[in-house]
Amino acid sequence: MAKYLLLKHYRGAPAAVNDVPMDQWTPEEVSAHVQYMRDFATRLEGSGEFVDGQALSPEGTFVRYDGEGRPPVTDGPFAETKDLIAGWMVIDVETYERALELAGELSAAPGAGGKPIHEWLEVRPFLTEPPTITE
Amino acid sequence: MDESLLRTLTPTVIGILVRRGADFAAAEDAVQEALVEAVRRWPDDPPRDAKGWLLTVAWRKFLDAARADTSRRRREVLVEAEPVPGPAEVVDDTIQLYFLCAHPSLTPASAVALTLRAVGGLTTRQIAQAYLVPEATMAQRISRAKRTVSGVRLNEPGDVATVLRVLYLVFNEGYSGDVDLAAEAIRLTRQLAARISHEEVAGLLALMLLHHARRPARTGPDGRLVPLAEQDRSRWDTRLIAEGVDVLQAALARDRLGEFQAQAAIAALHADARTAEETDWVQIVEWYDELVRLTDSPVARLNRAVAVGEADGPRAGLAALAGLDPTLPRHTAAAAYLHERDGDPVTAARLYAEAARSAPNLAERDHLTRQAARLNVRLRAGGGQSPPR
Repeated sequence: MAKYLLLKHYRGAPAAVNDVPMDQWTPEEVSAHVQYMRDFATRLEGSGEFVDGQALSPEGTFVRYDGEGRPPVTDGPFAETKDLIAGWMVIDVETYERALELAGELSAAPGAGGKPIHEWLEVRPFLTEPPTITE
Repeated sequence: MDESLLRTLTPTVIGILVRRGADFAAAEDAVQEALVEAVRRWPDDPPRDAKGWLLTVAWRKFLDAARADTSRRRREVLVEAEPVPGPAEVVDDTIQLYFLCAHPSLTPASAVALTLRAVGGLTTRQIAQAYLVPEATMAQRISRAKRTVSGVRLNEPGDVATVLRVLYLVFNEGYSGDVDLAAEAIRLTRQLAARISHEEVAGLLALMLLHHARRPARTGPDGRLVPLAEQDRSRWDTRLIAEGVDVLQAALARDRLGEFQAQAAIAALHADARTAEETDWVQIVEWYDELVRLTDSPVARLNRAVAVGEADGPRAGLAALAGLDPTLPRHTAAAAYLHERDGDPVTAARLYAEAARSAPNLAERDHLTRQAARLNVRLRAGGGQSPPR
């Protein structure tokens, strides 16, 4: 099994095909989308492939160390041009192809007009522990 | 096996061990180990005297641990001596444990964790699951908390207000994982109310019961939030409401008002209305005035503004809102609601979308997004201005 991070972006990814802001959908379309996401996570739990899923607030700040005895420097909120992560799902699957298949399904979540959003998701493999047997 | 009985016995047995000379940290560890053994053995071999069994096993665990400690370090007279029977309970050990676990030297998160373990009898694993952190992290939080209070004697007088804050935090955390924290908070508050006569303990218990009564109606079958005005009131738990109202009335009769009684009174007025339209908003505003006077809390002022909007119309509500810090949590959502009621769906839709972006949890975000979507559908259909509801 190998772990993959499926990253969803508020912005920074290429534009989705069905790219309509959520508050411009109908309330029923919003509900259908929420239900699709819940069902997806439940199904992955059932298949033993779900590890974790979290959503992030769009608000955030960059922070860095500014030297001994000084408070950290902050820069924010994030500039409008910045890549902005909306949330993630961690899956543990047999193959890379399975990770792509699941990301594809997640991207098909319904949006405006009940049609798939076709949103771009980022699939990132986890770095693992070194294997015991190396030769 | 009756796990709730086991959990009820936890603070009593810890108290007895401490009276016999164990320090709190060691006593708490020993009882936790005895609990784990009880969970394993009682299903096949239930004891006749549950408390006696737990006390015997916990005392043995304590002695084993202390002996191991002694052989490593120095001899301790205490351990070599036969266990002396504890003196008769002068003060209620259980109450003293509530005070200790909510000690002001602890951070809120540590006080919550320690209370759930030492007073609530939950295992570290259960507490970790409830707060969605790894078990090792929660174990560390608990042992640090125990070190922090290690110098505090169990018979020191405590402050009821600190205990109530901890119980309120547990209740508000709601429900995640296997442990129903709201129900656990009610159990612990009920147990406290049975042992201590204090109007705010009763006030908090009433507040919890009245809110818990609404829980079945608070979420739809798909997990979505259902706002108070739209809840199916036939799904409210009338037994809990009746109990909450009784507890509250007895507390109010003592004529020493506090913030939890005031909040419970507001909840009771909502519970009293058979439909949302029948809500006595004028009285609710009066209770919010009391609450603001008692706490000077910005959150209470925000909720008061919404209540004023219902009692005196949305313009009055917006005026009450205008004086408040716009960065308050849910300020934007409240403004959106009042603007919609004031017949301005354009502003309301914009504010609902803005509120959704800063929502503190997914359920609220989805709810606010749906509100924005609902108004935008209407606006696209050509309804610029809509009559106030």
